[in-house]
Amino acid sequence: MNVASSHLRTKTRLLTVIVVTSNVLGNFCLSRGLKRAAISLAFFPLGYIEALFHPWVAVGVTLLILWLLSRMALLSWADLSYVLPVTAVGYLFTAIIGKFFLFEQVSWQRWAGTFLIMAGVGMVSSTPLRTTYHHTTEARPK
Amino acid sequence: MKWGLVVIIVVSTTFGEVLQTLGMKRHGEILNFRPGALRKAGALVAKNPYILISLCLMAVSFFSFMALLSIADLSFAVPVTAASYVLETILAKYVLKERVCRKRWVGAVLVAGGVALLAL
Repeated sequence: MNVASSHLRTKTRLLTVIVVTSNVLGNFCLSRGLKRAAISLAFFPLGYIEALFHPWVAVGVTLLILWLLSRMALLSWADLSYVLPVTAVGYLFTAIIGKFFLFEQVSWQRWAGTFLIMAGVGMVSSTPLRTTYHHTTEARPK
Repeated sequence: MKWGLVVIIVVSTTFGEVLQTLGMKRHGEILNFRPGALRKAGALVAKNPYILISLCLMAVSFFSFMALLSIADLSFAVPVTAASYVLETILAKYVLKERVCRKRWVGAVLVAGGVALLAL
């Protein structure tokens, strides 16, 4: 592996960690906030405005904005079919958070599903990062 | 109501993500992470029609997801929306022209199988 591709791997791994962490924590805050606010948004659309001022919901939305931006940056060089399954490791963390922090019932099917996802993630991680031709608007460093 | 929201989330996420990838690939790889360069890249991305449509679809997906979270468990809402995985891998192959090798198909199918189990 040459220096450029090892640099790309490191950059990809770092950004993947940011993408996964912001998604898991963002969803957790959002879920906790919406449960505390006890508003059924599906039946009461104006509740969005009220919900957004709830501190947990606001933190959740901020983290999910960070998630969107970091994912866009990652997608600027990595394939969607690489990014999607690799970031799916977040499902494991979501199941753990659901069980221990939101006190949800996590059945054996959910744990089994989580491990199937991990197997899929491991398989995709070993494939090349990029399979399509890219042009770039910036000069590539030598 | 719950499943109606799931359908809206899955469809808008799938098309939103494919358009987002198309838009970012047109923009080109982000190589420079300094604030000035990121601002410039942000301004270019904001004029990209694929990104603008994808942002609208992501907004639809996000608000529907909030609605779903307000009536369902997090450990149901998160995995069930991953029903889009296989559809997205197919679109990655035919629309984005990514070469989806066998390992990636198997990976995506495993993830989808896991998601199905999680949703039980």
